[in-house]
Amino acid sequence: MHTVIRNGRLIDPANRRDETADIFIAAGRIAAIGAAPTGFTVQKDIDARGKWVLPGLVDLRAHLREPGQKHKGSIASETRAAAAGGITTLCCAPDTSPVIDTVAVVELIRRRASEAGMAHVLPLAALTPGLAGEQISEMHGLLQAGCVAVSNGKTPMANTLVLRRAMEYAAGLDIPVLLYSEDPWLGASGCVHEGVVSTRLGLPGIPACAEVIAVGRDLLLIEQTGVRAHFSQLSSARAVELVAAAQARGVPVTADVSAHQLYLTELDVGQFNSLCHVRPPLRSQRDRDGLRAALADGVISAVCSDHQPHDADAKLAPFPATEPGISALETLLPLTLRLVEEKVLPLHDAIGRITWQPAGIINQSAGTLGLGARADICIVDPERYWTVSEKALVSRGKNTPFLGWELKGKVSHTLLDGKLVYENHQ
Amino acid sequence: MTTQPDIEQTLSAMAAGLRDTLAARGIGNPCMVGIHTGGVWVARRLHALLGLDEPLGTLDISFYRDDFSRIGVHPQVKPSNLPFDVEGRHIVLVDDVLYTGRTIRAALNEIFDYGRPASVMLAVLVERGGRELPIQADVAGLQMDLEADQQVKLTGPDNLALTIQSHAE
Amino acid sequence: MPNNIQLDSNGNLRHFLTVEGLKRQTLTEILDLAESFITVDAQSVKKVPLLRGKTIANLFFEASTRTRTTFELAAKRLSADVLNINIQTSATTKGESLLDMLHNLEAMHCDMFVVRHADSGAAHFIARHVAPHVSVVNAGDGRHAHPTQGMLDMFTIRRHKGPDFGRLRVAIVGDIMHSRVARSQIHALNILGVGELRAIAPKTLVPPEAEALGVHVFHDMARGLKDVDVVIMLRLQRERMQGALIPSGSEFFQLYGLSADTLALAKPDAIVMHPGPINRGIEIDSAVADGGQSVILEQVSNGIAVRMAVMSMCLGRAPEAAGEGS
Repeated sequence: MHTVIRNGRLIDPANRRDETADIFIAAGRIAAIGAAPTGFTVQKDIDARGKWVLPGLVDLRAHLREPGQKHKGSIASETRAAAAGGITTLCCAPDTSPVIDTVAVVELIRRRASEAGMAHVLPLAALTPGLAGEQISEMHGLLQAGCVAVSNGKTPMANTLVLRRAMEYAAGLDIPVLLYSEDPWLGASGCVHEGVVSTRLGLPGIPACAEVIAVGRDLLLIEQTGVRAHFSQLSSARAVELVAAAQARGVPVTADVSAHQLYLTELDVGQFNSLCHVRPPLRSQRDRDGLRAALADGVISAVCSDHQPHDADAKLAPFPATEPGISALETLLPLTLRLVEEKVLPLHDAIGRITWQPAGIINQSAGTLGLGARADICIVDPERYWTVSEKALVSRGKNTPFLGWELKGKVSHTLLDGKLVYENHQ
Repeated sequence: MTTQPDIEQTLSAMAAGLRDTLAARGIGNPCMVGIHTGGVWVARRLHALLGLDEPLGTLDISFYRDDFSRIGVHPQVKPSNLPFDVEGRHIVLVDDVLYTGRTIRAALNEIFDYGRPASVMLAVLVERGGRELPIQADVAGLQMDLEADQQVKLTGPDNLALTIQSHAE
Repeated sequence: MPNNIQLDSNGNLRHFLTVEGLKRQTLTEILDLAESFITVDAQSVKKVPLLRGKTIANLFFEASTRTRTTFELAAKRLSADVLNINIQTSATTKGESLLDMLHNLEAMHCDMFVVRHADSGAAHFIARHVAPHVSVVNAGDGRHAHPTQGMLDMFTIRRHKGPDFGRLRVAIVGDIMHSRVARSQIHALNILGVGELRAIAPKTLVPPEAEALGVHVFHDMARGLKDVDVVIMLRLQRERMQGALIPSGSEFFQLYGLSADTLALAKPDAIVMHPGPINRGIEIDSAVADGGQSVILEQVSNGIAVRMAVMSMCLGRAPEAAGEGS
């Protein structure tokens, strides 16, 4: 299949390319930019005039709900949503049911993903079997089977000794460790940030220090074990400061943030809006500003969706009884682009944070438009406004606090290995 | 506008009428109860003119109205105050205007929630047509023939006067 | 999201979920109306026909005989029909079954739900999902709010100290952190323009950023009680004695309990309040609870009048210009 995308503005921060040019795809890979390679016979012609042609997005964390919770979503339904959001590579969190701690589960996920054919799904292996925090998992075998990193999901690691050994073991095999750092006791019963809103609404709080203390402990273990570690979904300004200080000392540590944390704060919980029930919780204005600053200066090098689709009932209960999480694949790109409009960071940096930079964290070469690279491409109409609505979302989960927001930038085509997996002509 | 009737003269005539009716029924020591707001003003005057021994009672029938679900309850309900035991007593109920009869029905209900009186008679300053219930006054000061869109209002508490307004719509 | 779902488009009370965000005028109306309902107690038939034909369902997801009884009495004195439904909740009462039950009750033509639930926000959740003709009154949700209790406390204070809250210094003592009663009292007192509001508790029982609610925080009883007109003691739940919040009941009483000696630090005419049920010897001495300055039993009977006021305001419509005294 020979495909050409004509007249689009190619933005490829990894290769410092930003120009209007035609891009030629053959055999699922980028064959040429500018002029057609010899022997190229156009079979599919996509006109991208006025649009941006970006590398397909790379998302470090999404819950596809399969296996285990197919009433909330499936690999097929959620990778279709990913394609609609311009995401071509995504990491599947290990907290499925059963947990991704055996080769069988990894193979199941990869098979379902390849049957669906909508996105590259990269499973994250459980750091500890059953995420129980007691033993270390068969990391080598799980990576051989197709996992790209290890992670304990959102189950905090209470036992410091087990965490140390897991890090040492991963360090020896050069396996990246993705950490969700939260003190298991300070945050135990909470459902919102501990602060003015938790006090006003009488909701049990999760103090920022639950994250800061855990990040501090984990940083000391990272330094000691020499593991290549990454902090997932940081939520507090103080934790970011610790990470920045460690990076300044030369510790090889990276961090990401969920897109919603860059916009929403505890105040958005309002009068018990369960769509704003997320973990880690939405924190203070000061934390949000700290996260934005860290994203701008590169301390945080990736933005992820932390996609968690839910059935309607999961959010239909008194606030503390609702399930946390946001359906977020389709808002990742427009929310990241909006940071540019709000002058948080330049366009190339913003696109880098959702393409080649997260790819690098998990040792993948995705997220670029280099010659010979896999033709995972997202074409976006940067001027097109759209309103987030249940109807507009492809994901089975309609649970997003951005419902009703008018966002700018809509994906018109997504290509996976050169094959068109999403097209929108409205 | 009609000519302003002489309220003082009307009140004296009502007092005389009440005295006769009470005497005819052999009631020696009645309890008088005025209905908020105008009825209390009228009752206060009649109470003085008759020189009654028992203190004057007042009723606010807001909680007994039958139109609650349409108009709700006004937060400035004056507490009802019946400073005597209703049980077995003869009650003279006083209001300013008798129109549909619904206020009197509500007042009767409220009085009976305080106890079982021996009898209740009704005195009103103005009686007009338009009754919606089988209720009539034992003593009425004035008879007025008014259109449905006309309202008669008593102003007070001093220098009691009647005004007639019409909703010309 | 509508900012205040408890008001209708005319700004009148439709649900009563929290005191927060209401106008002073609305609170004063509740208190005034409650004042008129007090006289109903003097009648031999302690009943007015205001809500005749209405059905009120008491939905108690959390057991409480006392609160349920006062709501039931209030409804009955308004001549409403009352349905008591006690729902034993396991931790997993999920939204679906809860909403199913509500819709069933709506189908039976209930006009009001009085709701108590262990989760903060439960009353708001239910109010958001009921049919338009149904009103919701919050009888306590988690740690969030217990607005009728807050209002009956205001009523009790006003009866003793007069309508000018600006002259008053009020202290709330004890477990502020876990108390929905305290939150409702704090909002109500601030809306009514209280002169000074103090919260006295160990730091473990004061929520973070409590000052933002409009209280001065004290950790010392002697300083906190100095010159106050009203002392409100809160109940300390037994389970708080575990979980490292306080070392023991006896040390708590030593530091924050109200005895005749500590009460002497307040103004000589200070009144003592407690939402009940009392833990004698933990938060308050028996001699003080039963003493001359205590208004604790009055609070209970005032609770009926205040709940009558709230119920009739929620179920009645806007009192527009009153018609002719027919």
